[in-house]
Amino acid sequence: MDLSLSDKHRALQDEVRAFVREHGHKSPKLGGGRKRPDQKTRDWQKLLVDNGYVGRTIPREYGGFGAAPDVLEAAVIASEFAAAGIYAGMTNQGISMLVPTLLEVGTEEQRKQWVEKTIRGDVIWCQGYSEPGAGSDLASLTTRGVLQDGHWVIDGQKIWTSSAHYADMMFLLCRTEPDKPKHEGISYLLLSMKTPGIEVRPLRTMTGRAEFNEVFFTDVRVPEHQIVLGRGKGWYVANVTLKHERSMIGNAEKMTTRLEQLIALLKANGLLGVAEYRDRLLKLQGEVIAWKAHNLRLLTEAAQGVDSGVKRMIVKYGGTMLGFRLASLAIDALGTAGLPFESAGEDAEDDDATTWNIDYLYDVGLMIGGGSNNIQKNIIAERGLDLPREPKVARA
Amino acid sequence: MEFALSEEQVLFADSLRGLLSERVTIDALRRHAETGSGFDEGLWNNLVELGLPGLLVPERFGGAGLGMVDAAVAAEVIGGATAFAPFAGSVVMATLAFIHGATEAMQAAWLPRIAAGEVRFGVGISRNGGQVQAAIDAGAATHLLVYLPDGNAAVITADEASAQMHRSIDRTRPVVDLTFDPTQAAMLNAANAPQVAMQRVLDAGRVVLAADTLGAAQHMFDSALTFVKQREQFGRIIGSFQAVKHQFADMVTMLEPCRGMVWYAAYAQDALPDEARVTALQTKAHLGDVGREIARMATEAHGGMGFTDLLGLHYWFKRIMFNRQMLGGPELCREEAGRLQGWT
Repeated sequence: MDLSLSDKHRALQDEVRAFVREHGHKSPKLGGGRKRPDQKTRDWQKLLVDNGYVGRTIPREYGGFGAAPDVLEAAVIASEFAAAGIYAGMTNQGISMLVPTLLEVGTEEQRKQWVEKTIRGDVIWCQGYSEPGAGSDLASLTTRGVLQDGHWVIDGQKIWTSSAHYADMMFLLCRTEPDKPKHEGISYLLLSMKTPGIEVRPLRTMTGRAEFNEVFFTDVRVPEHQIVLGRGKGWYVANVTLKHERSMIGNAEKMTTRLEQLIALLKANGLLGVAEYRDRLLKLQGEVIAWKAHNLRLLTEAAQGVDSGVKRMIVKYGGTMLGFRLASLAIDALGTAGLPFESAGEDAEDDDATTWNIDYLYDVGLMIGGGSNNIQKNIIAERGLDLPREPKVARA
Repeated sequence: MEFALSEEQVLFADSLRGLLSERVTIDALRRHAETGSGFDEGLWNNLVELGLPGLLVPERFGGAGLGMVDAAVAAEVIGGATAFAPFAGSVVMATLAFIHGATEAMQAAWLPRIAAGEVRFGVGISRNGGQVQAAIDAGAATHLLVYLPDGNAAVITADEASAQMHRSIDRTRPVVDLTFDPTQAAMLNAANAPQVAMQRVLDAGRVVLAADTLGAAQHMFDSALTFVKQREQFGRIIGSFQAVKHQFADMVTMLEPCRGMVWYAAYAQDALPDEARVTALQTKAHLGDVGREIARMATEAHGGMGFTDLLGLHYWFKRIMFNRQMLGGPELCREEAGRLQGWT
């Protein structure tokens, strides 16, 4: 057990610190993401790519930095950016999901066409997965794709599509083989959001913002070759991305930051002297210590190429619940001062109370999105602890 | 950066686990429970052969010279087995008390005997001079080490104190109150800052008690998981019911991060002085709370069997209860962690 950095990683840490000192002032503000990235954000993104802080392990021929995979390098970079309060690059679904997927199962032409533009922030993607009738049971999706005259003709509806209102492209799951079993009838297509027949409607949530959209497809024509891997392989392609998931690595930093903000808030409001508030804060500090240590275990296992199994599966459920409890204490510390809720809109910074309120509300969304916590608990129990599946209910 | 047990640590844990699974069977546990002295000569001799008493004793004094992570690994295995053997007080706290607070001559006199298993220390904290409530590992101790309010420690033989042994809720470790005359005792008073040295020893005790709870809670969880994969009701394995599954998902989500937390706190005692105190207190508090939840839920998952004496699961349940109160319950530990950070 040794938490000190190797010479190689210490050298990288020095390098990142020097970069931050020299270029940090060019960083856009943290947060955002509901608007199309502005020029400043795109310039910063390109600087990060050129220095290997984004797309570090992507081969040079596809516009990356070509470094060998090393999760500890990624952790050093993430931690230095977080410590400096500097924007660590776009985290959109094109970069986090589509790019690794194309690198693994895309054609050479698809990689050449999309990877570099995507990591540099020149092409923004949205993800067309969920539907009104296909949430937790995603594989029951019904948006149709029918092959006609060299085009896939798409009809149907997607929901929870963040960034669809400004995205250039979509990666879409649709049903192209209606006669096959549900997991085998899905294909993964790439399409331009400018294609005629696409309508995007904003979806306002309980935060008061439209973080998501609904997307409607009416006879949308997509060239036949814009399929990834092949007909009926969409479910497999979508799952390729999950292998790349390292969800906790960024979140430990976020949890620490949120705890620090919470301590400052309680201090400012004179509540550290009130035993009940203090004990709640101390309990949360204990949990944050536990999850940070857990994250160090996951990081070590990832570096050793070990599958962390159930240790990885508990992260989303445990992390979202802890995030909500942190925000809950902030809301309680604010008391009536936290009740005025005046979002400054997308172009301005919210006051502290509104920010905590939005975090508090948004955390409820995080417990639902990307596999709700009830589904997470099934996954933990069935895949992580090997408990038997529910018996299938016969269809009427 | 590597936050994982070394190969040696894994092998050591395996051999200790193997030994305890042979010696601390449920029948042996029941026999021991009649007296509940927390000591069994045969088992102790086996542990001495394995080198356990000298785990933290420096090599020049005949020990293995290992650190707090190794102690935490051992404590997790010992708690998992509900072993009736002195460890937190004798092997960890007393050894560290000598290392941090004794002259070289006293270290040379005592540490080799601790490593050889010849002496076993009960450890107490005295608030008023000669009285100690609930000393640790004092059930079959040959000697006693008692911290006085000034942070120095009295070292006496067991005969020099009058001991009152209570029947403990935890049948693997007794509750022992002591009365003695500190003016007659040899003193451990070589530390520059005796209060700081004492806190290091108490914190080390907290970390290994937390590790003991981790082991006991993991045992209860594993036992419950095995049970719900076998038990059938309504024509189904009960572990296939979603209500049951979700309880297990909740348990593992609470329990698994505790292992990293215990390792981290143990590592901090030796390597991260700025974080050592708060992590020890927080880890003791957190394991106390998680341990209680796991003990309850794992017992519940066993249904009526879990409530019987026949299954014996209650020995682990009560071990967790005992650890929770020793060296400060969760609220007291958190309050001290808050005070150390200036949160008042």
